[in-house]
Amino acid sequence: MYLPTVPAILLNGEPHELAPDAAERTITRLLDTLGLKPQQVAVERNREIVPRASYPETTLEDGDQLEIVTFVGGG
Amino acid sequence: MTHSPEDTWTLGGRTLRSRLIVGTGKYKDAEETRAALAASGAEIVTVALRRVDLKQKDNLLSWIDTSRYTLLPNTAGCYTADEAVRTLRLARELGIADLVKLEVIGDPKTLYPDNEETLKAAKILLDEGFVVLPYCTADPIVCRKLEALGCAAVMPLAAPIGSGLGIRDRHTLRLIVEQARVPVIVDAGVGTASDATVAMELGVDAVLMNTAIAKAQRPALMAEAMRDGIVAGRKAFLAGRMRAVPYANASSPTAGLIE
Repeated sequence: MYLPTVPAILLNGEPHELAPDAAERTITRLLDTLGLKPQQVAVERNREIVPRASYPETTLEDGDQLEIVTFVGGG
Repeated sequence: MTHSPEDTWTLGGRTLRSRLIVGTGKYKDAEETRAALAASGAEIVTVALRRVDLKQKDNLLSWIDTSRYTLLPNTAGCYTADEAVRTLRLARELGIADLVKLEVIGDPKTLYPDNEETLKAAKILLDEGFVVLPYCTADPIVCRKLEALGCAAVMPLAAPIGSGLGIRDRHTLRLIVEQARVPVIVDAGVGTASDATVAMELGVDAVLMNTAIAKAQRPALMAEAMRDGIVAGRKAFLAGRMRAVPYANASSPTAGLIE
């Protein structure tokens, strides 16, 4: 269980805590924290695609469901 | 289908020399994949879309040469039109071209396509401007419907995905080739180089494969064999094979034998 005071999202199906400061909760910031390059991923927030250009101004909210995907080997 | 003197072919507005499309799955590591891709001579390679693995920092996009290969995102693992469309919308967001491999699976054991869902997804994707290459059963009617919707090619299977069973139904593939006005790409079933040759001899435009190369003992060598097999089959198709007859027909003159 997460305390209600700690904002958290579901990141690829797993709980992920957000920074308390809203300014730190952008997608750009999250990708940076996770060590992911924006040009190597696509992001869906609550089932809606977030265009790459909007990462800096997209602030994540408590309870958001985020999918971060990339290409892997496949046939 | 018309062919230029260099025997190139056209797929979704791209002019291609290689008639071999290869997958990037099931390899031991990036290095083995890279070597096999290079040996295959492929210009288009398929990729899958998955959640990022936060523990795995070796992203495919950081080592694959996108100036050399056109990435063809697939929808492997999707069982409904909605899942497939969602997947390819995300794939497009990754900044790759509009060319997509649509596969909507109907059954986990055979990985046979659900043609109904495939047609449904194709319609949505075509409306959204995707260049759709659909994996389908080797059924002339399904192929005709996919073509009528506006798909840039049809990709009938020759045998189940990853089975290596080879070209199971030459006759039906031939019927599909005869009626198609878009490229026909055999997708799935090839096990070894002669299978690729057989497919090309039927007059298909290209062959897409993954496991036959990735699961060979020496993938890069098999990739080379597949490249050669594709070229041999293509040339044999263009050359036009002799008519098969039931009895012998001597190749040496019957006159002038010593007595």
